[in-house]
Amino acid sequence: MNLFLVNPKSDFTMDNSFRIDQENLQHLFTTLQKRGYETVGPTLADEAIVYDTIASVEDLPVGWTDEVGPGKYRVANGGGLSSFGYTLSPQSWKRFLYPPTRKLFSAKKNGKSFELTQENDGEKKHAFIGVRPCELSAILIQDRVFSSGEYHDDNYLALRRNAFIVAVNCSQAGDNCFCVSMKTGPAAKDGYDIALTEVVDGDNHYYVAASGTEKGREILTEIGAATASGNEIAEAENVVRRTTAEIGKSLDTRGLPKLLAENLEHARWDDVAKRCLTCGNCTMVCPTCFCSTVEDTTDLSGQTAGRSRRWDSCFTMDFAKVSGGNFRTSAKSRYRQWLTHKLSSWVEQFGISGCVGCGRCITWCPVGIDLTAEVKAIRGTKVKQEKGG
Amino acid sequence: MPERRRTGKPKVAVFKFASCDGCQLSLLDAEEELLDVASAIDIAYFPEASRRMIRGPYDIGIVEGSITTPHDVERIRDIRKSSAALITIGACATAGGIQALRNWKDIKNYVHIVYASPEYVSTLDRSLPVGSFVHVDYELRGCPINKYQLIEVINAFLNKRKPNVYTHSVCVDCKLKGTTCVMVSRGEPCLGPVTQSGCGAICPSFNRGCYGCFGPMEFPNTAALAAQLKELGETKFDIQLAFRTFNAYADAFRKESEAHEQ
Repeated sequence: MNLFLVNPKSDFTMDNSFRIDQENLQHLFTTLQKRGYETVGPTLADEAIVYDTIASVEDLPVGWTDEVGPGKYRVANGGGLSSFGYTLSPQSWKRFLYPPTRKLFSAKKNGKSFELTQENDGEKKHAFIGVRPCELSAILIQDRVFSSGEYHDDNYLALRRNAFIVAVNCSQAGDNCFCVSMKTGPAAKDGYDIALTEVVDGDNHYYVAASGTEKGREILTEIGAATASGNEIAEAENVVRRTTAEIGKSLDTRGLPKLLAENLEHARWDDVAKRCLTCGNCTMVCPTCFCSTVEDTTDLSGQTAGRSRRWDSCFTMDFAKVSGGNFRTSAKSRYRQWLTHKLSSWVEQFGISGCVGCGRCITWCPVGIDLTAEVKAIRGTKVKQEKGG
Repeated sequence: MPERRRTGKPKVAVFKFASCDGCQLSLLDAEEELLDVASAIDIAYFPEASRRMIRGPYDIGIVEGSITTPHDVERIRDIRKSSAALITIGACATAGGIQALRNWKDIKNYVHIVYASPEYVSTLDRSLPVGSFVHVDYELRGCPINKYQLIEVINAFLNKRKPNVYTHSVCVDCKLKGTTCVMVSRGEPCLGPVTQSGCGAICPSFNRGCYGCFGPMEFPNTAALAAQLKELGETKFDIQLAFRTFNAYADAFRKESEAHEQ
């Protein structure tokens, strides 16, 4: 299922391969801005490469890269010409399509009644420049989450429909990346308007571009993209091949939903609970986690009120609080809920895994809990579920 | 409910125990909101703000400071009796405050060092939170409290709704704000993962680790965090000190600091 694509199939073929250089890339920024898009992309802020509103190629983190490990992230300037020579930003594009806090409506007292005003930011047009293939997969998953079933998130869907996506295939494998085993990277398969592969060959710096939509193709033409040569296409394919080979981490997905569902009382859950801070970081940085809470506000006089939504996490105590108490009081039950939802019941719910292998939950866990290691431990000593579960 | 005076507005009293006044001051510090707050409630007793002192009972009693003397114990019991709702504010009132550092020592030694005539000093052997003596309806954490949280609680009380005050970690606030984790990206020791939200995650947004001013969060795994602090190069003593500041006597922080005593 793909809601937003005119032409989901695209690849580097001779009739859909363009070559652009840094100057064309700058044209891409100005062209998108002229068409009313807010251009969002990677930029160096403090000591991280984050996604933020950027004006031009000057804002890109040229020469900068990132190194990660469990609970560890560092940026470094290795020099060089790469604009996209890093792996991933601390947070995903979720921030823009599904903002951390959002006003849903406001209400004003009017005699004995009140007036409601709906709030939405669906008119905003974002152009995301530098979306990694795993992140693109995450966006496609959230598309399902927010459009399937009876209830839709119209604000998300409007922002999503208006978004223009420039994917950038990965030229570097992070130590926490496991996209290959999740089949989400390191090359974008679909879901983009334009996909780029950055090639740095000595002083020769260019991008091989493919269009995924009519609009993407139109814009590539407008910015003066040339036809890529056979050699340039081969170089771009080499970049992806090299990255694929460099990805060291993996998650064995064979029978995974069933494996976890049958091992709800595995001793490993107690083990991970000892290490887990239940701080919620993993859920916040996860590009597919979508849980939220809704809260009401008033002014002091009670004349106006509002309702807002904010990101919540299955690790907070309020999350599973219902009349009579909280049904997940232990760290064990909350970590298990998160991991089994992500890798097991998500499949039942949405027909796809909730994990794209970006590794953010490993990098940004303050104590470096690695879900691939947890799954491996459970798989290594799986037991049949004890009675009752 | 106490009888409301002609204003029909809830009667509010602000009381001080062992504390620095910083928390009650934050109510006066709410400059833009102060007039709105003052017109929505009847400030009946607030010696720091006004010489007008109306007797109880009160709809809301706001208490700052820890309980440190036998006289404090009597006074807080009276205040409890005259307050329909009792809200404690700040690290002193909710955890014993920085002065609870004395709880690990023999108080008599201090009294002899500090006072010329120690025989006139009547004190408890420990500095304790208000909740150790009377029932508390609502606690607002922080050293100092966040004035917006105090206004939010008053606002929620006035409009009979749930206050939007959270008990989760500071990490959630960093992520909502888009602050990059200082512990992961800089190796900065940070108490954020075990500390309660409320300050607005100020220190990490200035590239500093969290000091734990808001005390333990709802489900603090201090041992796991301490193990990671050790990985980052912190000594046993560093870790003991990290947990032994403004909320030193809050249960989770107290136990963790004691686990790292030499």
